Amino acid sequence: MKEIVVISGKGGTGKTSITGCFAALAENAILADCDVDAADLHMLLAPEVTKKTDFISGNEAIIREDDCTGCGICMEKCKFNAIEITAEGKYRVDPFGCEGCMVCVEVCPVKAIDFPPNHCGEWYYSHTRFGPMVHARLGIAQENSGKLVSTVRREAAAKAEELKKDLIIVDGPPGIGCPVIASITGASLLVVVTEPTISGKHDMKRVLELAKHFSVPALVIVNKWDINPGMTAEIEKETLLGDAYPIGRIPYDRAFTAAQINGRTLVEETTGTAVENITTIWEQVCRKLK
Amino acid sequence: MIIAVASGKGGTGKTTVAVALSLAGSEPVIYADCDVEEPNGSIFLRPEVACTEKVLVEVPKIDEEKCTSCGKCARFCQFNALVSLGTPPLVFPELCHSCGGCEIVCPAGAISWKKVPVGEITLGKSDGGRISVIQGKLDVGSSLAPPVIRQVKSYIADDALTVIDCPPGTSCPVIESLGDADYVLLVTEPTPFGLHDLKLAVETVRVLGLPFSVVINRFDEGDSGVEDYCLEESIHVTARIPHRREMAEAYSKGGNLFDAIPEMRALFEGIPRIIERGVEEK
Repeated sequence: MKEIVVISGKGGTGKTSITGCFAALAENAILADCDVDAADLHMLLAPEVTKKTDFISGNEAIIREDDCTGCGICMEKCKFNAIEITAEGKYRVDPFGCEGCMVCVEVCPVKAIDFPPNHCGEWYYSHTRFGPMVHARLGIAQENSGKLVSTVRREAAAKAEELKKDLIIVDGPPGIGCPVIASITGASLLVVVTEPTISGKHDMKRVLELAKHFSVPALVIVNKWDINPGMTAEIEKETLLGDAYPIGRIPYDRAFTAAQINGRTLVEETTGTAVENITTIWEQVCRKLK
Repeated sequence: MIIAVASGKGGTGKTTVAVALSLAGSEPVIYADCDVEEPNGSIFLRPEVACTEKVLVEVPKIDEEKCTSCGKCARFCQFNALVSLGTPPLVFPELCHSCGGCEIVCPAGAISWKKVPVGEITLGKSDGGRISVIQGKLDVGSSLAPPVIRQVKSYIADDALTVIDCPPGTSCPVIESLGDADYVLLVTEPTPFGLHDLKLAVETVRVLGLPFSVVINRFDEGDSGVEDYCLEESIHVTARIPHRREMAEAYSKGGNLFDAIPEMRALFEGIPRIIERGVEEK
């Protein structure tokens, strides 16, 4: 079984639009959305959710005000400044600051702090017109996005095994931090979607370094390449220097927005150069996987 | 006053707006780049760098002479950063949140701390010294952005106007960046993805209880979904930036909003004052 992860470093380069096209072009694939923080792939693929599972991860400290003696040891020991004093001189945990480390629970001399499991979001198993899909939603202002990403990937792999699918296509998150690392470690191939801007180039270089760090091979697509052809050429050169391969260019095309508005992938929406380019790129990606 | 510029979706124009806000006025301003995974503000502000410093976090160091291999530290650690199999624990520094718990529970006093780098802060000046640029950058391969963001924010002075360029999304790095903000500008684009992620961002700032308004980038493209939503929810739209090919071209070369659309300057110059008045009234 192979797993392709589409990432970008910089947001808004067209990751999800291109992942949607790959989903439409692939045969026998499982689809997964690992951008659990701001998931958008479902807007193109219209999944019908068949199974919904709560995502419980980590714990959250809660001080029982009635039992709190106001000694302040918890506040002193909390490294995240997550404990505040209430108007009544008692202490309270700020749920947005709490990282669930349990230090306050341990140091409280009267054991006045509860530590219940944290409901961080949910994940879904769904059907789409292009095959099964695993996706998720992280709760607002929640931690543990990396663990939710790992859950989505694990469930997608289990489904692929069960249904004898040989390919998983993953829409990844932006950036290079915890959820991205959780998305790419151990993957077969990364497809990096960038754009011909200084920011796009800067962010792509960091993603390629990350790919190298975790020893995952990477291919690079320059989307909207005709906005700055000179920068496109520079990016392709950087790609080679970063031990990755430029695998194609896609022109700026307003049909991407039109397709999004219609809830379709570009390859279903229209024909033309962009669609031809994406189709060729997909064939090359498949060849690289073999 | 601290104005944070955020968005659910990446690539909507957060940095463009944050840079424009910093450039528009004539008063001193601090530009703090908290998008530490992919900091881009310096591409457009081109600061003269004054100094750089490492962001260090503390991770446990085990004194194997003192360690009795009891395993309490590993059982306590909520992040699986310590693993003990009847031996002195193995430390996985990249999982450590530096909470100090292992040291507290160790009965043998075998745990001390060592500092490891996770990122870098760059301090510089732009626009003839008027704009102080603070940039945080997460080291490639490090997973924890919040310590780098915290250090960026430690340089923010209370008296100056501060513009925070936030990371995308709605999870811990965004929450860390929005803490202490007086006001949030949510940048979006008029597309279904833009609207979907704007709703998540609105939920986030509402949960945090922060006053906010919306900036619609490329407002004349796409559909009317974002405008309709803002109207329904009585969310104020502070600025609408037109879609121009010149803007895309200027951006691609490191140019700013006013290089492409000079007439936007007056509006951005006024935004901090409009916000300040609104915040004071509340």
